[in-house]
Amino acid sequence: MKNIDEHMLQAVADMHSVPTGAYSIRKNGEGVSKNSTENIIIEQKKDKPGIDIFIKPGTKNESVHIPVIITETGIEEMVYNDFFVGEDADVMIVAGCGIHNSGDKKSEHDGIHRFHIGKNAKIKYVEKHYGEGEGTGENVLNPVTEIEMEENAYCEMEMVQIRGVDSTVRETTANLEKGAKLLILEKLMTHGKQYAKSNMVINLNGENSSAQIISRSVAKNDSEQIFYPRAVGNNVCRAHVQCDSIIMDDAKIRSIPEISANHCDAQIIHEAAIGKINNDQLIKLQTFGLSEEEAEEVIIQGFLK
Amino acid sequence: MIELKNVSFKVSNEKETLEIIDNINLKIDDGKFTVITGPNGGGKSTIAKLIMGIEKPTSGRIYYNSQDITDLSITERAKLKIGYAFQQPPRFKGLTVRELLSLAHGSKLPVDECCSYLTNVGLCSKEYLNREVDTSLSGGEVKRIEIASIMARDLDVAIFDEPEAGIDLWSFSMLIETFKKMAKERKKSMVLISHQERIIKIADEIIVIADGKIRDRGETSEIFTKLLGEFDENCGFRGKAGK
Ligand SMILES: Nc1ncnc2c1ncn2[C@@H]1O[C@H](COP(=O)(O)OP(=O)(O)OP(=O)(O)O)[C@@H](O)[C@H]1O
Ligand SMILES: [Mg+2]
Repeated sequence: MKNIDEHMLQAVADMHSVPTGAYSIRKNGEGVSKNSTENIIIEQKKDKPGIDIFIKPGTKNESVHIPVIITETGIEEMVYNDFFVGEDADVMIVAGCGIHNSGDKKSEHDGIHRFHIGKNAKIKYVEKHYGEGEGTGENVLNPVTEIEMEENAYCEMEMVQIRGVDSTVRETTANLEKGAKLLILEKLMTHGKQYAKSNMVINLNGENSSAQIISRSVAKNDSEQIFYPRAVGNNVCRAHVQCDSIIMDDAKIRSIPEISANHCDAQIIHEAAIGKINNDQLIKLQTFGLSEEEAEEVIIQGFLK
Repeated sequence: MIELKNVSFKVSNEKETLEIIDNINLKIDDGKFTVITGPNGGGKSTIAKLIMGIEKPTSGRIYYNSQDITDLSITERAKLKIGYAFQQPPRFKGLTVRELLSLAHGSKLPVDECCSYLTNVGLCSKEYLNREVDTSLSGGEVKRIEIASIMARDLDVAIFDEPEAGIDLWSFSMLIETFKKMAKERKKSMVLISHQERIIKIADEIIVIADGKIRDRGETSEIFTKLLGEFDENCGFRGKAGK
């Protein structure tokens, strides 16, 4: 592997070497290597780009890495990945996409991830998006995530986009059955003229299903962010949506929360706040000898942690 | 040595101009333990902020070891080893106690060193090291971490703004001992803004600030008895409200 590839894989999937366990690495529009294990089988889709990932019922303490990297300018792709997580499984899934664009053409990766999480199964999903490159070509990432959760399924998702993605529109949908529990943590930082939008619909259909959505974002320079999370309670359920943003420079942030209940025992809470960096925090760190810029950086890092 | 020469701090709104600090002249000597006391709203915290550079005087100059620091930024003054523990310290989302103390110190602090600073302010260190300095901490805890962060710095001038506020009796005793120890070492000038008898008593010198002016100043033995006398005179010290 070349240096750039290694660096990108590390940035998006914390991969320092070929991972143990199941993996599939996609580069510049095609699968370059993959590995299945006894319990986790990865198959190339026949009808369209993408893979099917089958996790056998009862699989425990295993992980799947499926990073995507784009190092050529002008690649545009739409990839379909389906995860079938068997009953009682407990696995970690690491996805992520990195674009290194040194040309003047747009590079775009649109990933459609569908999760079918079986009864009592548990997954932790981590997805990092990252862009870089000295070129003028745009880096575009439009992820679609669909989550189907069966009875008592548990899903924890961490989606992080910190640097270098010029435009992103994220669509997330989840349907929760009885007792299912969903936790989404979204972290976003935009700079320059970047644009990021996140639409989310969480349908709490089953009795005692619950969801917690936490979104933390920082918008710098002339960037723009739009959040549109929706929690729909169709049964006895609980949901908590929390959006916190730090706004800087000439950035724009819109947060449009929607909570709706179609059942009298649905408890849904939404909290949203947009504000500047707290001045007392800045001053406190400056009294430790940090410059204003260093102080800002510390506060932002902590906020996004 | 810190010196304030003809320092005033005024704020104006549409209606009026408020003289928060009114032409103060003040010297704080090296290696001394100075207490600033006086009625609420008298201007004590403002003096601390002026020394730290958080507020800039509207007129007058501030000197530090005969260097004019009036136009220096907060950061520059911090690098000259001036430090200030806030009366109301801010909280930090996502920053642990250990990280905060390390930032104060200037480099990553080893666990045992971190613990000793926390013990000095009466915090059971192990439990706190990895806790975030966010809203989950109580007021008294945040206040004590603030004091510990100043102790973690290598300072020549350390200003503590009402370190006793909101702190329980047990931790307070611990804190007094720590201040006594620091005073004894006399490595740095310590300025404590305080309303607490037990703190005032251990100072070398007391400065009484009221209405933006120095009302009184002198050795502790002298000023302290005078202050106690004033309280006996039916709160003459606090103004006319009680009459
Ligand atoms: N930026 C400002 N704008 C308007 N008023 C101010 C400003 N800063 C301070 N003040 C006022 O100046 C006075 C002195 O404030 P300061 O905080 O220095 O008092 P203090 O002596 O520390 O009081 P306390 O004992 O209550 O802490 C107060 O009346 C306060 O309201
Ligand atoms: Mg004060």
